Amino acid sequence: MNNQGRPTAIPAPTSAAGDTVTGNRGLRIEEPLIFEQDSPGRCGVDLPALPDVGLRLGPVKPRGSIGLPGLSEPQVVRHYTRLSQKNYAIDAGLYPLGSCTMKHNPRLNEKMARLPGFADVHPLQPESTVQGALALMDELAHWLKALTGMPAVTLAPAAGAHGEMAGMMAIRAALEHRGEGARKRVLVPESAHGTNPATAAAIGYSVDPIPATAEGRVDLEALKAKLGPDVAAIMLTNPNTCGLFERDIIAIAEVVHAAGAFFYCDGANFNAIVGRVMPAELGIDAMHINLHKTFSTPHGGGGPGSGPVVFSAALAPFVPVPYVRKDGDRFVLVEREGEGGTAYGRMKAFHGQMGMFVRALSYMLSHGADGLWQASGDAVLNANYLMARLNDVMTAPFEGPCMHECLFDDRFLKGTGVSTLDIAKALIDEGFHPMTMYFPLVVHGALLIEPTETESKDALDQFVTALRALAERAKTGDAAWFQAAPRFTPRRRLDETAAARKPVLRWAPEPERLEAAE
Amino acid sequence: MRYLPLTESDRRSMLATIGAASVDDLFRDVPMAARHSGPIPELPGHMGELEVERLLGSMAARNLAAGSCPSFLGAGSYRHHVPSTVDYMIQRGEFLTAYTPYQPEISQGTLQVLFEFQTQVALLTGMDVANASMYDGATSCSEAVKMANRITRRKKAILSGGLHPHYRDVTTTDAAFTGFDAVTLPPDAFGGEDLAGMVDAQTSCVVVQYPSVFGRIYDYTELAKSCQAKGALLIVVVTEAVSLGLLTPPGDMGADIVAAEGQSFGNPLNFGGPYVGLFACKEKYVRQMPGRLCGQTVDADGKRGFVLTLSTREQHIRREKATSNICTNSGLCALAFSIHVSLLGEEGLAGLARLNHAKAVQLAEKLAGVKGVEVVNDAFFNEFTVKLPKPAAGVVETLAQRRILAGVPASRLFPGEHPDLLLVAATETNTDSDMDAFAQALAEVL
Amino acid sequence: MTVKYTKDHEWVRIEGDVGTVGVTDFAQQQLGDVVFVELPEAGRELTLGGEAAVVESVKAASDVFAPVSGTVTESNGALVEEPSMVNSAAETDGWFFKLTLSSPSELDDLMDADAYKAYVEGLH
Repeated sequence: MNNQGRPTAIPAPTSAAGDTVTGNRGLRIEEPLIFEQDSPGRCGVDLPALPDVGLRLGPVKPRGSIGLPGLSEPQVVRHYTRLSQKNYAIDAGLYPLGSCTMKHNPRLNEKMARLPGFADVHPLQPESTVQGALALMDELAHWLKALTGMPAVTLAPAAGAHGEMAGMMAIRAALEHRGEGARKRVLVPESAHGTNPATAAAIGYSVDPIPATAEGRVDLEALKAKLGPDVAAIMLTNPNTCGLFERDIIAIAEVVHAAGAFFYCDGANFNAIVGRVMPAELGIDAMHINLHKTFSTPHGGGGPGSGPVVFSAALAPFVPVPYVRKDGDRFVLVEREGEGGTAYGRMKAFHGQMGMFVRALSYMLSHGADGLWQASGDAVLNANYLMARLNDVMTAPFEGPCMHECLFDDRFLKGTGVSTLDIAKALIDEGFHPMTMYFPLVVHGALLIEPTETESKDALDQFVTALRALAERAKTGDAAWFQAAPRFTPRRRLDETAAARKPVLRWAPEPERLEAAE
Repeated sequence: MRYLPLTESDRRSMLATIGAASVDDLFRDVPMAARHSGPIPELPGHMGELEVERLLGSMAARNLAAGSCPSFLGAGSYRHHVPSTVDYMIQRGEFLTAYTPYQPEISQGTLQVLFEFQTQVALLTGMDVANASMYDGATSCSEAVKMANRITRRKKAILSGGLHPHYRDVTTTDAAFTGFDAVTLPPDAFGGEDLAGMVDAQTSCVVVQYPSVFGRIYDYTELAKSCQAKGALLIVVVTEAVSLGLLTPPGDMGADIVAAEGQSFGNPLNFGGPYVGLFACKEKYVRQMPGRLCGQTVDADGKRGFVLTLSTREQHIRREKATSNICTNSGLCALAFSIHVSLLGEEGLAGLARLNHAKAVQLAEKLAGVKGVEVVNDAFFNEFTVKLPKPAAGVVETLAQRRILAGVPASRLFPGEHPDLLLVAATETNTDSDMDAFAQALAEVL
Repeated sequence: MTVKYTKDHEWVRIEGDVGTVGVTDFAQQQLGDVVFVELPEAGRELTLGGEAAVVESVKAASDVFAPVSGTVTESNGALVEEPSMVNSAAETDGWFFKLTLSSPSELDDLMDADAYKAYVEGLH
């Protein structure tokens, strides 16, 4: 049982004393739902004239009212502008979410992705009209292969978890191809991202956890004991979710391969080593790369992502379609393989997240090999600097150095009545986005801090000052003050318990809502 | 390097604080054998903005942009006019550079957008509830099938021959790896499938597309009843979301789950991605739904606010027992969808859908006038199939040389089948002269 | 009337050959505010240690395992309507389901109240 459940309900509403007439507070403006701003007949677009032709809908009747609200363009602009102002963002400040890699998103990338030659191209245009798009995919593939040392890559997956799926499908296809489909067990460290066991289970594997050592790394002896002829693969994150490099990784690869299994690496933390360490030299067979982490494509409030997967020679034949092949001086998009093909299927409607490919390549070209070398170095330097500056007031479960993120547990809060969650919420009032909380699960009350390389020393120092003060204050036992945080945000703590007990997942006009409640 | 704020003096002072001799020293846990001594030699050095723009601009220039010529491609991706407000708004840093809204107090913008998006999708599809989006329409389709398998505790899906073959392939790939049966039917170019007759006691769901990949439209009300009478679910796939502004919505026909592609609203063609998968279902199935959900609640001051909810279905809690392994959705594409739909509103959306249909009716009439061309569909929304007297792939290639993107040959989607069929779409972006140019060029090459 | 406990924090109360099953007060405290329960339908055959029900709080989901083998006779419909009863009355009104025991000897391997209390204290 997960015993790290955090408080999810809230105290009884406090008095709203001091509120303004409107509920607004200066720049913080209350904004109703778009559905509450309806005025029938109003419209935010002007369409060309409708040609005078009849309907050809056969057996299907035209629909009646849809129920959408009518607003003019200025109202729509104001609505979304006001909503945007209720968001924290990397553009606004430090966003040190561990394992999420909130680095600066260069605007050049946005500009490049919007070139009509990329953005206004249909996926099913004749090949002769999209040679530049295929060339771009080929160039991105070249960079990903050069940066990992791996011989093959699929660009199809839409996100990291989708890449994991593509990689694990390739492993299963390869095993079945060599008559070893009976291998059904996948080893996953306890510290893994939740997507790893979810992916393995989804494609029919049983998940067998591997314990960690006191140093926060995979227990090699325990791993050896778990290997056997029924093991298909190990799924290992490296650097791992505790922000540590797996020192035994080459030995791990050797024993896994000796047992006839494959080595899947979760590359979510590739940004720590990009341009400095080649996964191929670590013995990895497949690894997904989150373009939205390592290569700065924007997170957009939760996507879209992009999760290409690099493959070793053993797995290279087992990729999904489509892929780009160079044929003389022309690029060919292989959408189906003929007789004897070993591609295992299709992951997505079209060819991958092209818009993200352009952004990622723009980032790579901007950095070059030298810039990437410096970027991973600075990411690791920044994380170790935070670790060094916070270590005496917070508690780190493992010895450093860390890689791109530093991990603390909640021992420094023991007996204070203040929780990891409370620290996070108080940090919001100080103008920072909190770190990742309660992950990885192997550490109690985890606080995982990833500054990234795009933070200045000044920004880190400000963060340290705030976090040190909060840690000191927590030790004075001022729990009530912490539990009332955040105070200065558009909304205070939200009642997640009520949301889950009686889910309201959409707006509905009043009478319909009454019916639904009955 | 313009994106890196640390100076050499910063680095020295930070290393001193840490007590490390060098940055390399911080990498000491990496086995020596795998550590490189400097930047990777086979890759170029850094570039300024100007150089990157030149390089990528030259690649972009080698493509024929659909907007630079008459274009009639559809088959799951549609060129619509996206109002300027949409692209301006999604580039606001507060939307563009925010993460998944894990801290709701400082993410109410994204969360309210998702709540409104879910409502818009539910209204458009005529369903009770919708989630906060999926990767694309094809992955939505496959997730819908897996959800039907969970609900019915059955393992056989029947996929109509009117389903986009890429959606079919994503689903059969999933079927092969996750262990369910996906029965596929031959391409339904001319109608006549008996889906209801195939439903048996093992069937978890029937998947149909509306309008179909050949542009055909059917009333699925009776099919829904037949499925449900046998304990199976009806999944309706929509690849052209604008059609929902004119056609009876799937929910009114009794669909249990709707899986759709939302690209048509707010999102450019992008050579196939990123797009935005829509996913809606009946309320009673909500706890089996994959993906993120946003719900309404109150804060400590009693004010209305929004949070991600029912997250125990998801991988970060359920791990190997999650309803799916999905972590990221299509947040920014969902925002673009939502802004476009907000601008259109009731009147604009109905008008846009009606206009798309009218353009297609005009185009069908013009193409029917070309000697040797036969319009296969009697009824359609904005896309239909035509039969040509010679192989469509060659005709499309020839017209592309004349800067007309004529449509999608059926043989590109179904290799070896129906070489003489061409799928043609029209939207509000096509002018009368576009259509005349197409009809005339077609007459010349046939 | 006997009450026995498992290491997974289920309790089973025995009356004749009928057992009533729920989760312990310790378990509900660990879960936090319970928001949803999924209960087995009457007639379902459960085997010792098999998945029988699901209990969810906002941030955690746990399987409830069958403490003994048997056939489900009834589940607690009131709990589905009001999942917070797991928090307020875990070991009384917040019961999950009843079953007819098929192998009563399985009870011998479970803990009694004192042993469970000592077990929970050992977890801290």
